[in-house]
Amino acid sequence: MKDAPTAEEIAAVDALVGTQAQRDTRSAHGGKAARDDRHLLLPALHAVNDRIGWISAGALNYICRRLTVPPADAFGVATFYHMFSLEPRPATTVHVCDDIACLANGAADVCAAMEEHYGRTSWERSPCLGMCDHAPAALVIKAGAEPVQQPLGHVHAADVPSLVDMPRDGRTGKLHVGGTQLRLLRRIGKIDPESLDDYRAHGGYAALRRALEIGPDAVIAEIAASKLVGRGGAAFPTGRKMEAVARAAAHPHYVICNADESEPGTFKDRILMEQDPFAIVEAMTISGIATGCEHGYIYVRGEYPVAVQRLQRAIEQARRHGFLGHDIMERGVRFDLEVRRGAGAYICGEETALFNSIEGKRGEPRNKPPFPAQAGLFGKPTLVNNVETLACIPEIITEGAQTFAAIGTSGSTGTKLYCVCGTVARAGLYEVPFGTTLRELIDLAGGVRENRKLRTVLLGGAAGTFVGPDSLDLPLTFEDTRAAGTTVGSGVVMLFDESIDMAQIVTRIAGFFRDESCGQCVPCRVGTVRQQEALRRGDAALINEIARAMRDASICGLGQTAANAVESALTLRLLDKGAS
Amino acid sequence: MFHHMLRGIRQGAKLYVVDPRRTTSAQWADLWLGLDVGSDIALANAVGREIIAAGLANMPFIQRATRGFEAYRESVQPYTLQYGERVTGVPADAIRELAHAYARADRAMLCWTLGITEHHNAVDNVRALINLSLLTGHVGRYGSGVCPLRGQNNVQGGGDMGALPDKLPGGQSVDNAELRAKFERVWGASIPPHKGWHLGEMFEAMNRGELDTLYVIGENPAQSEADQEHAMHVLRSLRGLIVQDIFLTKTAELAHVVLPASAAWCEAEGTVTNSERRVQRCRKALDPPGEAHDDIQIICDLARKLGRDWGTVTAHEVWDECRSLSPWHAGMSYERLEKLDGIPWPCYDEQHPGEQFLHARLWEDPVRGAKAPFKVVQHAPPVEALDDDYPVRLTTGRRLESYNTGVQSGGYRSPLRHGETLDISPEDAQRYGLEDGDPVRVTSRRGSVVIPARIDPGLRAGLVFTTFHFNDEVATNILTIDATDPQSGTAEFKAAAVRLEKVTAGREEQPAAPQAAAV
Repeated sequence: MKDAPTAEEIAAVDALVGTQAQRDTRSAHGGKAARDDRHLLLPALHAVNDRIGWISAGALNYICRRLTVPPADAFGVATFYHMFSLEPRPATTVHVCDDIACLANGAADVCAAMEEHYGRTSWERSPCLGMCDHAPAALVIKAGAEPVQQPLGHVHAADVPSLVDMPRDGRTGKLHVGGTQLRLLRRIGKIDPESLDDYRAHGGYAALRRALEIGPDAVIAEIAASKLVGRGGAAFPTGRKMEAVARAAAHPHYVICNADESEPGTFKDRILMEQDPFAIVEAMTISGIATGCEHGYIYVRGEYPVAVQRLQRAIEQARRHGFLGHDIMERGVRFDLEVRRGAGAYICGEETALFNSIEGKRGEPRNKPPFPAQAGLFGKPTLVNNVETLACIPEIITEGAQTFAAIGTSGSTGTKLYCVCGTVARAGLYEVPFGTTLRELIDLAGGVRENRKLRTVLLGGAAGTFVGPDSLDLPLTFEDTRAAGTTVGSGVVMLFDESIDMAQIVTRIAGFFRDESCGQCVPCRVGTVRQQEALRRGDAALINEIARAMRDASICGLGQTAANAVESALTLRLLDKGAS
Repeated sequence: MFHHMLRGIRQGAKLYVVDPRRTTSAQWADLWLGLDVGSDIALANAVGREIIAAGLANMPFIQRATRGFEAYRESVQPYTLQYGERVTGVPADAIRELAHAYARADRAMLCWTLGITEHHNAVDNVRALINLSLLTGHVGRYGSGVCPLRGQNNVQGGGDMGALPDKLPGGQSVDNAELRAKFERVWGASIPPHKGWHLGEMFEAMNRGELDTLYVIGENPAQSEADQEHAMHVLRSLRGLIVQDIFLTKTAELAHVVLPASAAWCEAEGTVTNSERRVQRCRKALDPPGEAHDDIQIICDLARKLGRDWGTVTAHEVWDECRSLSPWHAGMSYERLEKLDGIPWPCYDEQHPGEQFLHARLWEDPVRGAKAPFKVVQHAPPVEALDDDYPVRLTTGRRLESYNTGVQSGGYRSPLRHGETLDISPEDAQRYGLEDGDPVRVTSRRGSVVIPARIDPGLRAGLVFTTFHFNDEVATNILTIDATDPQSGTAEFKAAAVRLEKVTAGREEQPAAPQAAAV
């Protein structure tokens, strides 16, 4: 039979969705019950991709048959995500980051060496792997019964020949965390991230205990009084979201942790999840209980294997010790969590695209309204928060809203994590109160590498803007950055010294948006392509015009922000030859 | 129709599919029951017995509105779940689940297509299903009932207009002298006082030489009849064959006279009646090409040649005459049909909105008119049993993208159409050493054809499927058996016994030739 699945492919899918007792020749259950399993499509594609390295037509057909998904539909989903291949490829594939932070640290040389050594197979270029503090980075994926996904940092051209055979054990490099006020980062590097006991010894689960004592309404009131706003980039008041979900009449409610951290230059969520996973689990539990959810999802980008593994272990331990499940801390409260892996799609960080991805669909954003608090995951009221936002919640519950609100400025409360990277002396994660200036932050990280002259700083990632050295005294708050026409965004502070070819960097950003546009709406699909072309020609007028169209007419934030960095680069004349 | 059902399914309705094949419809089902071809009555009776045994029968309804229940209960006693499993092949659990779901449903419908009616015991199959609806009271109420899904927009209308051997327009019986007299007054002609022949009987009459002239309108019996070689032979031996059609069909090629007709859906005025009994207007958008004429005009021209001049008759006038004779249609003026977007019959006068569903009287207390009868029906396997010489069950049907003999669909391209294939289970494919596309010789007691194989995991060992959409390539009906239901006149297209042989390269392919007939 054409396009038949192999025994190994069947085994991979069956391990997820259960084996069929017999070939169903006489009766078969299906219908709504089977269609309700549609959300297993992405996990099933992962199962095959992990086992075989790619997804054959036979495997896809088998998945469709088991989940009653039309093959054309599933093909659309499988081809949407970068990490899946529907063409044969070797079991071991090296994903080499060629995004901006790595590019500023020699990724072009690594790619050239890869091309020379491996040709066109066994490796792929990848958008930002979220390892900018260890740039240039790579991710080695080895498919098999026990798949290995090994992130590597500080890759050099000399390492290239040995990359595919077997990566050296977990070499990523030294973790730099620092700051002037360590609250979210206070446990990082001090505890064993796989030990619940260690977490509890360092204050873990005190917040959940208090949350259960004071009750859901008081929890939401505390969060609202703290004036906590979302740290994912949009800065929406977290308390308002929680209140809307808690009050929504439709049930069930869902809570989601948006850990699809894909903004180039951002790695804060990865470090939080890898180094302090229980804090995220605890924060999710508090959020879930406060808003009437019994089920939560942590959607982690596919390029973060260590985070996935540590969160899964944390969830298992929490469940075993009664911090998750049907009787949390013996208070008769029910809540549980599962981790979902993304598969390589920047757009899935957009919350409604993320819903579609969990539901087993292409990660295309939905129109808003309805907002997630009204109709989110599976059409039900859903609370979505970024990892860093969640990490603030236990702090607020244990220390009180007043303490939290006293930190920072009146418009931007609390501390903020910054991913300081690029050509900086000590790339890493830094926690400072809002109001700290850009200069102070850069000094914390040891300043520009090799004391070179700073050319520009990219604030907020690829969707953010470039600022010049004249902005170093800008206080980093939501209100000040907004007034200055830039953004805190996801907390990216990426430095570029005078030695960097900025045209290459800006072109890469344009290429990133071109690749990552989901293609659903015209302004973004066409605009991101035209932007890249116009950039090559240096047609500034056209770029501005495209930018306006994308900003006004795109469905989601991706299209609306896709021109920010490019436009700001033109304003700062970063592309002018001879200026560097 | 299925799209309406899918809409219901998306809104939470449950679907149970009974079909020997695991079809795409079965993929939508909450439960699929893959019974053996021709075991429908055994399944229905087992469901009925289980409903009674589980105390789920609607006894108040049965007592008030039906008769013959005791005899029915008696008759289904032997049809235990285990017996049902043995005869149908469907696991007892699945039969039980279906029985309970159907009986417990707030509203439930039984819908069927030709899988029920293309059998030698077609009418009994339908009766077995009606018994279930009476047993549970799923009839005569909104959202409940029994409903054959028609294959074409106007199958219902054809029957309603009297294209049945025993009916005048509006379901009025030819046996009734009073009704006949009503028509005779208006038509100015006498109507034979007895039931006519149905299609099977007509072929028998032609065979005997008793029927020697045939006027065929919009049918292609040369390709659609079971045992095709025989059908062709009979048609060729007619003294006169007149075919009126929009295409030059295989039947038309045999005709002495061909009358090119207009396409009813776009080149003619009139009405059609869908499965819901809803009469709808259709309007002329184009003039028919060349020498093609409207059906009404052809019939009037013919009448004139036969000595009766009816003048120029419009579809509107024909319809108004029908309304004057058929109480079902009396209230359906063109104006009302237009205003109400069609009206379901019966519609007795111009104030009547039409009945959304039939048999509501069964829910009146006491019941108005006759009580609805249970009919005792027993399982009878297909006429042609499997044996060592013909060990494989062939069932025929249709595919989504084609229609019957392909007269109306073959002229259009479809990405889904891959030509005729013999669909075969992966197990049988392995057994016969077949890959997709390998030619396989299929032989029944009536003849033999070569068809490319297509492996379909929706089939199980011992069951093969094909269609008759591509008659010019594969004359499937050479294989089928013309065992016919005596009441409906439909042949058992769904169940033939065949044997399969792989056609190996180098061996010359025989043209499809009939072998000794031994039916």
